[in-house]
Amino acid sequence: MSQSLYERIGGEAAVNAAVDIFYRKVLADERINRFFEGVDMDKQATKQKAFLTYAFGGPHNYTGKDMRQGHAHLVKQGLNDSHFDAVMEHLGATLTELKVPAELIAQAAAIAESTRNDVLGR
Amino acid sequence: MPDITFQQQRYPLLEGESVLDGLLRQGVSVPSSCRSGICHSCMMHAELGTPPPAAQQRLKEAQRELGYFLGCQCIPTEDMEVALPGDEEWPLQDCALMAKEPLGHDLVRLRLHAPPEFDYRAGQFINLHRNTELVRSYSLASTPSIEEYLELHIQRVANGRMSEWLCDEAVVGATLRIQGPLGDCYYHPGHPDQPMLLIGTGSGLAPLWGIVRDALLQGHHAPIHLYHGCRAAAGLYLVEELQSLAAEHTNFFYHPCVSGSQTPDQVRAGRANDMALADHAQLKGWQVYLCGNADMVKQTKMKAFLAGAALGDIHADPFEFSHNAGQPDASKAAPAARSSVGS
Repeated sequence: MSQSLYERIGGEAAVNAAVDIFYRKVLADERINRFFEGVDMDKQATKQKAFLTYAFGGPHNYTGKDMRQGHAHLVKQGLNDSHFDAVMEHLGATLTELKVPAELIAQAAAIAESTRNDVLGR
Repeated sequence: MPDITFQQQRYPLLEGESVLDGLLRQGVSVPSSCRSGICHSCMMHAELGTPPPAAQQRLKEAQRELGYFLGCQCIPTEDMEVALPGDEEWPLQDCALMAKEPLGHDLVRLRLHAPPEFDYRAGQFINLHRNTELVRSYSLASTPSIEEYLELHIQRVANGRMSEWLCDEAVVGATLRIQGPLGDCYYHPGHPDQPMLLIGTGSGLAPLWGIVRDALLQGHHAPIHLYHGCRAAAGLYLVEELQSLAAEHTNFFYHPCVSGSQTPDQVRAGRANDMALADHAQLKGWQVYLCGNADMVKQTKMKAFLAGAALGDIHADPFEFSHNAGQPDASKAAPAARSSVGS
């Protein structure tokens, strides 16, 4: 009877609904948008989708190694906890906008939070 | 069990195994993440063989038509040859140059006999081959339901090996080799209520000329705004044709823009992208088409997205300059789902 977090959030449809909202918030944020300068927006959206699927408790093949490699060049440019916090803010705001219950948002945030050290290369 | 050929190597699959799993199991590096068809990280191209419908159902229509599929969802029923986006090889076809005439300042219109069964959408592009090493991408300005030929607008580029050859040397009757049609910058029917914003600079008008006429033919009834921008008024072309189209269709609006100092009457002073975004600050629910100068396309894509357009509703065709041993030529970029452009 118990549904997974992914099912309760809304599965693939929720990922698809969230990706534009989340990515737009990130790109509009002066604190972090310099890290996205010059990237191919469609490829970046694919990465955001993979990340959101993971954070929503969906199917994934998460390896800390990929996350480290993918962000290593940004860490060199100064990527730090404050930037990670900004992204976490946008994840929460996106889910709030999609009317996901607070309890589920907290669970998704906890999964996303678990990537912090990999993203920041620690 | 089917075999998968990837980079000239054959990889046998196990029963019920996906292309992605089979390649990864045998040590091939393929980008992937969710392995459930959601994230699209493992999108590949079928060079030979047909992917099963399940491997394509989540992709955009243009991607399906071009033969892309998701490796993680592809349990093939026949042998396939596959490539990662960017490494595709498209078949070559011959076609004859049937007409050539000046269209405007440093701009030539070419009309080609379409190869047999050349099934394309207005706004797509082709790769034109002069020889094995000189390949450039050009957008199609023709609309298949109006014209039987393929039309290209060739902007002369100083020292551009392809454009100078096309403008100065290629003669009517010559055989040209092309690949295509390619790209997803075309009219997407089924949403006649979505307003459309089209912005093109220079010969970036070519695909938009096709898309606008296609949209109107297919009964698009929401407003369609076309902004064509050039540095000087001499760069504007198809002006009368676009004005008459606007006179015929109350939902079509033509906005010629000139960014240089001299602006004739009835032409907006400023950059086409700036004018367009100033006129339409809120783009939620719009379809957006961007063609021409690569920096303009890139910046405007970002701005249109921030103004509310869905990423899937923004269709962009950036024209890059190829630098081939110091010889520039107008050409398009080779983003993931596009053909690679030979240098």
